[in-house]
Amino acid sequence: MSLIEYLAPYDFSPLTVLSFMLVLGFYGVGLLRMPEEDRPGSVRIMVFVLGVLIAYGVMQTRFDYYSQYMFFVHRGQHLVLHHLGPILIALSNPLPVVRFWSRQISPGLKSRLRPLGWLYRFLQHPLIASVLFVGLIYFWLWPPIHFDAMLSRNLYWVMNWSMLIDGILFWWLIFDPRPPATTPSLGYGKRILLLALVAIPQMVLGAMIVFSRGMVYDVYEVCGRAWPMAPETDQLLGGMLTWIPPAMMSILGILIILRRAMREDGSFTSRSSQVGETT
Amino acid sequence: MSTSPFRRHTGTLSLLALILMTLVVSGCSGEEENWNGKDISGLMPGLEFELTDSQGSSVTAKQFDGKVRLLFFGFTSCPDICPTALQKLNQATEGLPSGLQDDVLTLFVSVDPERDSPERLAAYVRFFGSGIVGLTGKEPQLRELAKRYRTTFGYEEPDENGNYAVSHSSAVYVFDREGKARLLIRADLSPKEIRQDLIALARTDTE
Repeated sequence: MSLIEYLAPYDFSPLTVLSFMLVLGFYGVGLLRMPEEDRPGSVRIMVFVLGVLIAYGVMQTRFDYYSQYMFFVHRGQHLVLHHLGPILIALSNPLPVVRFWSRQISPGLKSRLRPLGWLYRFLQHPLIASVLFVGLIYFWLWPPIHFDAMLSRNLYWVMNWSMLIDGILFWWLIFDPRPPATTPSLGYGKRILLLALVAIPQMVLGAMIVFSRGMVYDVYEVCGRAWPMAPETDQLLGGMLTWIPPAMMSILGILIILRRAMREDGSFTSRSSQVGETT
Repeated sequence: MSTSPFRRHTGTLSLLALILMTLVVSGCSGEEENWNGKDISGLMPGLEFELTDSQGSSVTAKQFDGKVRLLFFGFTSCPDICPTALQKLNQATEGLPSGLQDDVLTLFVSVDPERDSPERLAAYVRFFGSGIVGLTGKEPQLRELAKRYRTTFGYEEPDENGNYAVSHSSAVYVFDREGKARLLIRADLSPKEIRQDLIALARTDTE
């Protein structure tokens, strides 16, 4: 197979391609048009584009074919859609671009979009966000649901998109660059707590898949694998991908938040105490 | 954030989320129609293909409309899965009530067109009874059909004698008389269980 065949989508989804093009397009145009001082640096731009591209890559290239016919590749796909891609996108802090575009929206349209804001705040409630984050993993891996999702093209797309959107929401809540001391973003302690909390059920689920004796996800057996591989091996690898990397990412996230908290620790309290001294 | 209205109702909200989740989960598995096979109604597109039959002439799915059809992917050099499955399907259809025997048709699609010539396919399906039609096509056609039913197949590297194994789906897709996808029969069902499903499907359709 040639390189082009590997890069071409296995199951072409115009809506998916269009969404990714719009995201990159709006990001690029926003970058060009925004005032120089707001513009993110080149590393941040690269991190954002990389996050978007790997999410696109697992959805609209040959990778998707292997994800449909191999359980462990499918777990890798969700690792990118629910963790890696959204983590990179959130860490790149696309907030200046979002702010730029929200300034372009007319006040009339803005008031009509207000329900979206309510929905966003509801979904970003820390408890709901974490229940949703873990719940979606459990939901789509629940054997009868998983079976249907792999058989139905529509359900398959709903599954992958829900993982990506929820991933972005959750990791944005965690890596929101606005300091909680001065903005309504979530406190660092709570962010760390959430990261630890969501890691545990993911580890339990991964371990359950790794140690289950029988065939839990037989849809790959029923529909034929992309290449001959023992079902037990496939399931073992998939379980490990559900177990280890997400736990590692939670720890990595905790470290990043801790570092941020330690940096800000001095700055805000000292400033307020200075203010206190001068008055 | 402490002024947020959501904060104050944390307990209620999380409960609501839980209830919602359970509703979604139960809603998806609620319908029980007591099939032995797996109900795939609404999950997969209707039967559609353009292939070559064992006489070498081109056929479409429409030509078999009005019958309950069992779609199975395989290849004639298949050592175990295909003979077992076809034998099982044959046992299931042989035992059908006499009025329904002509209403059920097995479509055996060979995904190994390289080796499975129409003649070879004809001899092969004849061996497994009368209600079977052997079909094959060019590889892109077969890939398209397999993709439509969310399955795949792959070829092993040939050995020194040119023999190679082909990986393919082990399931049988059942379509009703209108060509709608209805059931997925897994390899662990017995001929009797398959027959029950086929009778139920053939009968509900005539009513």
